[in-house]
Amino acid sequence: MATRTIAGKTVQVNEEGFMTNPSEWSKEIAVEIAKEEGVGELTPTHWKVIEFCRQDAGNGGKAPTLRRITSVAGVTTKEMFALFPKGPAKKVARISGLGKPEGCV
Amino acid sequence: MKKLLILGAGTAGTMVANRLCQLLDRDEWKMTVVDQHPTHYYQPGFLFLPFGVYTKYDVVKPKRDFIPYGVELIMAPIEIIEPEQNRVRLGDGRYLDYDFLVIATGADIHPEQTPGLAEHEWGKSIHTFYSYEGAQALFKHLRTWKGGRMVVNVVDNPIKCPVAPLEFLMLADWFFHEKGMRDQVELIYATPLPGAFTKPIASKLLGGILEQKNIKVVPEFMVEHVDPDAKKIVSFDEQEVAYDLLVSVPLNMGSEVVGKSGLGDELNYIAVDKHTFLSDNYDNIFVLGDAAAIPTSKAGSVAHFAVDTFGENFVRYTEGQELQPLFDGHANCFIESGFGKGVLIDFNYDQEPLPGRYPLPGVGPFSLLEESEPNHWGKLMFRWMYWNILLKGHELPLPAHMSMNGKWLSKQAA
Repeated sequence: MATRTIAGKTVQVNEEGFMTNPSEWSKEIAVEIAKEEGVGELTPTHWKVIEFCRQDAGNGGKAPTLRRITSVAGVTTKEMFALFPKGPAKKVARISGLGKPEGCV
Repeated sequence: MKKLLILGAGTAGTMVANRLCQLLDRDEWKMTVVDQHPTHYYQPGFLFLPFGVYTKYDVVKPKRDFIPYGVELIMAPIEIIEPEQNRVRLGDGRYLDYDFLVIATGADIHPEQTPGLAEHEWGKSIHTFYSYEGAQALFKHLRTWKGGRMVVNVVDNPIKCPVAPLEFLMLADWFFHEKGMRDQVELIYATPLPGAFTKPIASKLLGGILEQKNIKVVPEFMVEHVDPDAKKIVSFDEQEVAYDLLVSVPLNMGSEVVGKSGLGDELNYIAVDKHTFLSDNYDNIFVLGDAAAIPTSKAGSVAHFAVDTFGENFVRYTEGQELQPLFDGHANCFIESGFGKGVLIDFNYDQEPLPGRYPLPGVGPFSLLEESEPNHWGKLMFRWMYWNILLKGHELPLPAHMSMNGKWLSKQAA
């Protein structure tokens, strides 16, 4: 298992760069990954989605799919694409320190 | 008598009925299967219908022919599942109670979920091959189509048989070549995925094959609506792809009765243990086939390997023993690539598809992640195996668990 340093903290990541231990995540890490992913500054709406995903994943670290986020968290798909352009579910999962959403197999 | 109730007589439900019929003591168990539709479709065959490779006689048979003797088959719609009462109400008001329930109600397409898709151009400039009727209508349309820009679009994942859209495009490439009009047809694949397929190595190899065939991939395209008059699909982030002929893979969802009964997620799939198929919420409900929310392909081959592990596990469970985590997510899919060739992929929850040989390491006859003629014969042979071996619950000479023997790890970096 590979590791990398984000926001001064060393965390475990898989071969696709997703963090594998959600408890290693911090808000500083989220800010840093958001920059890398081209999401930019995180607004309160971004945080609302990130917090929903963290909560929904619980301890298992299983990231919600885009459809789950839009049907449960009260954000529309259109807004999700504006907040996290190009592959919103994958991007928000990465920023939230969760695994890749399992929708795509 | 203990009662086992199976909902759905599709691929998974029929295989479960046949397998458990062999394993359970018939003096102790009463088995009942419920389904509302009399026809069993060989769904992988829908792919071949539009190109005239198969006809209806290849893909249609009565469900009743595949339900074993001594198992009651009730033809009726299912109204609601009441797991707290261990019973199911049918459309005619009848109640069926059970000791164990197997839900195998599958998944189906929902074109009405995408605005503009199933409106006045549905069946004219907009088609699908993900239903029997759709595939037949597309066959008629292609016979006289003059050419232009054909766009294949997957609305959202998961879908049944995630390789089918790729196969459709590769067969279209072959079909239009044979008709002498390939130069008048543009082939485009608009997909929500970042590439041709979900898993990195297969995506790269399959992407390469598409490129050779001059099939253009538009990745990360999540369709928001179809404009049937302007003939274009528009994504949530406002990209547009124009078409002359749109072949859609509409949103796939589990059965409505699952949602109505409060058992499903937002797509009406049911949460189960991915190694045993036991429901997360009820200790006498199992979910097999496409109805289950597990991270593997929704495909008959998966259902087959699943039923292989489920049968013995279920018997053990009903005798009061623990379930074993037997299912590893094993899938193998023949991918028809046109011109009498095919590709084969073999993978599971943990191992993505790799190049190699299958099932005999080093020998084959099938090549993994590589085009070959034997792979195409395998695909065609599979139809016979489906009707005569798989559905009837007979064993295939292939292990249910995926094997790393015959797979080439060294090519992983390639």
